[in-house]
Amino acid sequence: MSSTSDQGRRDFLKKAAAATTTVTLAPGVVLHTLQAQAEPRTTPVTDKVRWGMLIDTSKCVEGCNDCVEACDQENGLDLVNKPEGADDALWERQRPQWIRHVKLKDNMTGRITNLVMMCQHCEFPPCVDVCPTGASFKRADGIVMVDRHICIGCRYCMMACPYKARSFIHADVAEKLTRAPRGKGCVESCNFCVHRLDNGQTTTACQDACKHQAIVFGDLKDPDSPVSKALKAYPSVQIRDDLKLNTGVRYTNI
Amino acid sequence: MTGKRSITLLAILVSSLFFGLGTAHAGEGVEGTAKADKLTSCVEPTPVMRRRHFEFIEHQRDLTVHQGIRGSKHSLAGCVDCHARRDASGKPVPVNAEGEFCNTCHEYAAVEFDCFMCHSTVPGEK
Repeated sequence: MSSTSDQGRRDFLKKAAAATTTVTLAPGVVLHTLQAQAEPRTTPVTDKVRWGMLIDTSKCVEGCNDCVEACDQENGLDLVNKPEGADDALWERQRPQWIRHVKLKDNMTGRITNLVMMCQHCEFPPCVDVCPTGASFKRADGIVMVDRHICIGCRYCMMACPYKARSFIHADVAEKLTRAPRGKGCVESCNFCVHRLDNGQTTTACQDACKHQAIVFGDLKDPDSPVSKALKAYPSVQIRDDLKLNTGVRYTNI
Repeated sequence: MTGKRSITLLAILVSSLFFGLGTAHAGEGVEGTAKADKLTSCVEPTPVMRRRHFEFIEHQRDLTVHQGIRGSKHSLAGCVDCHARRDASGKPVPVNAEGEFCNTCHEYAAVEFDCFMCHSTVPGEK
């Protein structure tokens, strides 16, 4: 009897020792993990993370275009030039845009709301439903993207998107960035600066550029992330929530 | 070790020789200015690369786009980064330009490739 209890005591001590070792090791382990995250990703993305965004429309300022310009530079959209002889109005409508500034006016009250609109990274994306080749897809971490290696440029996804988030590249692009490949005949849209995320960064270009702090970006599945905390603290809406797409981009003060 | 060092020295010597001659005008790649020129082998042994480089990058593109894996040794950005030469003024020359690394072989083998319809042809930002 005494030997059994002794055994139990010994086990307890062993476990306690093991636990202490883990604790002692913990700072080293955490440091290691952080270092690994700063490096380019070597393991597949998982659904343990879902990237999302919260946009506070009360902080979004009319006339400010910082996030749009930052997106254009980050993703090389400013390198896409108007095709020779193209109509100005047509170009304005058709040039690629991943993020747009939208001004809404309530005609009854006259209240004006400013917001930015981009791919909403739906959980149930209509663009993925309609894609005939599987080029439009949702990554495990919730980012909706176009695999332009298999995109045939049919533009069904552009028709299906309720947010008008996608753009089509109509002409050859002379200069491209390494981080943002781009070619004639493919559809593209906001990808939450996926090259940044895959290289260990945790912010998007638009968020970094917004001096009004109207954009909060982060992991919706992590309760301690800034975006989750903000969503918990303030009432937010999904645009066209009647479609039940469970968007990854939410808005407050609309 | 000494062998490697002597190769490096030789490479520097050769490249300085070419710089000294000043034969290459702007826009034309200068011999020995690509990172690859200073290395003894690619990410795989040369015969393997010659036969299978397209398989490597085609497989890698799916892993990168769909799974977000970027820290791999088989990447097109890696090819460009290592094989792009510089012109006399130090500007990188597109790898698919006439006489450059990708073009030389593909021209000879008469194999068209579409990588650079979308991808950057010069080493770029991260």
